[in-house]
Amino acid sequence: MPTLTINGRSMSVDAANDSPLLWAIREQLQMTGTKFGCGAGLCGACTVHVNGEAVRSCQTMVGDVAGKKITTIEGLSAKGDHPLQKAWVAEQVPQCGYCQSGQIMQAASLLSKNPNPSKEEVVAHMDGNLCRCMTYSRIQKAIMRAASEMRTASATSSERRPT
Amino acid sequence: MNEHVKNVTPETTDLSRRSFLVGSAATGLVLGYAGVPGIGEALAAPSNFEPSVWYAIAPDGLVTVTCGKADMGQHIASTMAQIVAEELGAKWSDMRVNLASNDPKFNDPVLGAQITGGSWSTMMNFDAMSRAGAAGRMALTEGAAAAMGVPASELTVRDSMIVHPKSKKQMSFADVVKSGKATKTFTPDELKAIKLKTPDQYTMIGVSVPQLDIPSKTNGTAKYGIDVMLPGMAYGAVVTPPVRFGATVKSVDDSAAKKVPGFIKAVALDDKTGTTSGWVVAVASTYANAKKAAQALKIAYDGGPNAKLSSQSLLDEAMRLQKLEDSGQFFVKDGDPNAAFGTAAKVVEAEYTTSINIHAPLEPMNATAEFKGDILHVYSGNQFATRSGAIAAGAAGIDPKFVVMHQMWLGGGFGRRLDADMMIPAVQAAKAIGKPVKVIYTRENDMTMDFSRPLTYQKVKAGVDGDGKLVALSHDVVSAWPTARWGIPDFLTPSVDKKGPLDSFTVNGADFFYTVPNHYVRAIKNELAHNATPSGQLRSVAPGWTFWAVESMIDEIAAATGKDPAQFRISLLDGAGKNDGGAQRLRNTLLAAMGLSGYGTKPLPKGEGMGVACVSSQERATASWTACVAHVAVAPSGEVTVKKLTVATDVGTQVHPDNIRAQVEGAALWGLSLAMYEKATLKDGGIEQTNFDSYTPLRMSQMPEVAIAVIANGEKATGVGEPAVTVVAPAIGNAIFKASGARVRALPITAEAVKASMKA
Repeated sequence: MPTLTINGRSMSVDAANDSPLLWAIREQLQMTGTKFGCGAGLCGACTVHVNGEAVRSCQTMVGDVAGKKITTIEGLSAKGDHPLQKAWVAEQVPQCGYCQSGQIMQAASLLSKNPNPSKEEVVAHMDGNLCRCMTYSRIQKAIMRAASEMRTASATSSERRPT
Repeated sequence: MNEHVKNVTPETTDLSRRSFLVGSAATGLVLGYAGVPGIGEALAAPSNFEPSVWYAIAPDGLVTVTCGKADMGQHIASTMAQIVAEELGAKWSDMRVNLASNDPKFNDPVLGAQITGGSWSTMMNFDAMSRAGAAGRMALTEGAAAAMGVPASELTVRDSMIVHPKSKKQMSFADVVKSGKATKTFTPDELKAIKLKTPDQYTMIGVSVPQLDIPSKTNGTAKYGIDVMLPGMAYGAVVTPPVRFGATVKSVDDSAAKKVPGFIKAVALDDKTGTTSGWVVAVASTYANAKKAAQALKIAYDGGPNAKLSSQSLLDEAMRLQKLEDSGQFFVKDGDPNAAFGTAAKVVEAEYTTSINIHAPLEPMNATAEFKGDILHVYSGNQFATRSGAIAAGAAGIDPKFVVMHQMWLGGGFGRRLDADMMIPAVQAAKAIGKPVKVIYTRENDMTMDFSRPLTYQKVKAGVDGDGKLVALSHDVVSAWPTARWGIPDFLTPSVDKKGPLDSFTVNGADFFYTVPNHYVRAIKNELAHNATPSGQLRSVAPGWTFWAVESMIDEIAAATGKDPAQFRISLLDGAGKNDGGAQRLRNTLLAAMGLSGYGTKPLPKGEGMGVACVSSQERATASWTACVAHVAVAPSGEVTVKKLTVATDVGTQVHPDNIRAQVEGAALWGLSLAMYEKATLKDGGIEQTNFDSYTPLRMSQMPEVAIAVIANGEKATGVGEPAVTVVAPAIGNAIFKASGARVRALPITAEAVKASMKA
């Protein structure tokens, strides 16, 4: 049985190496925050991180991620309090909410590399994630809010750093 | 439609059979209506009967509101809690929500069934939830008065606290519930006599409180139908035929599927409800295995009567039907347009079409079924538990009263989840293997088997007199009839020419608020389309196409008579006769949108234009008055860029201002998506688009600026989920005309069509 490292824990799954990571996460590990939307990498609902990169788990096979660090929405933060999650609540982003795990994971991979994205960079990074409720403007606002708060937090922590 | 479905014709609410219960139970204070229709049935069924209906207060003071409406992102559960909390006097942080089962006691107090649609929920539940909240406050106050030994009239209630200002004594809701002293019962007359707060007394209505469901939708914990896990559960993947409807299975060869690990069984559906045709479900230990097995099945089909049909053949049939004098039934029949055309100074005629459209909520259709003793449990996010429970029963061959529908959060609804097709494979697979089964559609199943917005063809003819006054309008609407498919007579409307019931959910909106003395609207059922592409209610339903025709035609008349299209509308909204009240509200809304957009205040660059439209969606009786100004740029190639949408909407009373803005923005962007980006086509009887590469809803990069003005003038609260969908396409079409002189009459709008019309 393949072993996966998910959200910092090592877990073995009863899934074939050539089966999608998405279903191993959802059914074997019963972590259902990662969603099935299209099965073809066209909607982004199933987005997770593999070694920090946002990937579509419906297009990622179990055998290809053994030994790699996988993060799902459940593992993005300890208490659901990642700056993006807090911003998502502050901006009251979700409507049906089904795409939002994928949106947040996709956005997190942007902010981890680019703490100060322009609106155009946000759009370019997020355009593969569909929201059928069309909450796009609030998603943009929440990303900008989280980015700003993360910059403030990192400025504060670097100020505190002993020189 | 099958006999099971006919049995569930919604009963009308009979208030005389109700009384309001307020009493202390072991679990806390329970409040709700007793004696609702169907309670006898609920008692007879072995499912649990809970005397509490709309909410319960636990000894810890938490107030849990049970929402009988499907929550598909409109935050209706939170809204119901907000309306209860206003009158109850509860603190918002004490409020919780539950999703109701299909027990008839949770039926909508106005509709008498569990159905969510029409942008009806807030307006139809506002009074009932307010009275439930107020009755609870009165019961708690009397209980507290008894416990404190003071007159109830001297108590005040706020933030879940009951205070006696004179003595400074106070009790929390939790204290009163624990004391067991809240025992008041309300008769229907007493309930009706409760004096509700006036808007100036509101502390909760009109406040954008944090939506109760949102935190769970940011951390992966919200449970949708697809997330249901039952012990010992197997998974089903459906194999659907190449033809949308009418195919039958000739044979199933599962020899290759048997080699797939975990494969359990292939079940060919025996669907006596007539919802599906020619479906097979492959059941296996995991969904990945079920999908592999489904792919390995070799199935031979008889394509059936629709296997040769295409979008063009449905359109040809619609045009043929429209030309027949005796087609269809009249929805509106005022005066005599045909006579008026004879004497009109000018006659303008045009044909408008809309394509097949697919709901495509992001959560693909799914259902989980489990037989436990005599009871069939179904877990699925669904908008019409009353009917869907009956369909599930029909699939199982049992009485509907033995079906318990477990409601989940809906990963998008948009009308798609009014249907119950997903229940059938889940139920029949669970029955066949004797274990719970979760069936999940692939996106390809979901797209090709959608109960789509039907292809529509409309012919509109208008007559203008010598003074440029619109004196006659005849409007034929040809389409499949989505609501007729339900087999529930109460949802159909008698025709004015007494030719039998018609599906008003194909013509709503055509009975507009403009004053036109001679006005016909004819609803014509396209039987061929009805059978080949079983249609459904897609967000905004008929007004999504009727206003495309009406609001484009009004612009065409304005152009033909040399008038400003906005001013022409204002002159038609004179409030004469039956249009009094509504017409003026719509006029004011149009003016608000014009003001916010700067319509007509400054010249625009070459190739740009602003277009207007205004609508009384969803129905005359339930309208939210909505207007849009679209600002577009049209390139010489015909390429259209929507620069800005300005939407104004009169909703009477705002329960949650921020949510209204979210809904209106989402609806407007749906309108844009349907106008420009979404098109499905039929070929050889099957829907050609299978995933988001060929069916392409709006993405973030395609989003224009959206400005919204919400008008709350103290009238009754109306709905906001749908109306703004309907106003956008005609506003864009009219803006394209202003910008380029090109008139487009087919949705979705294409660069080719714009360019062709520019040349013409």
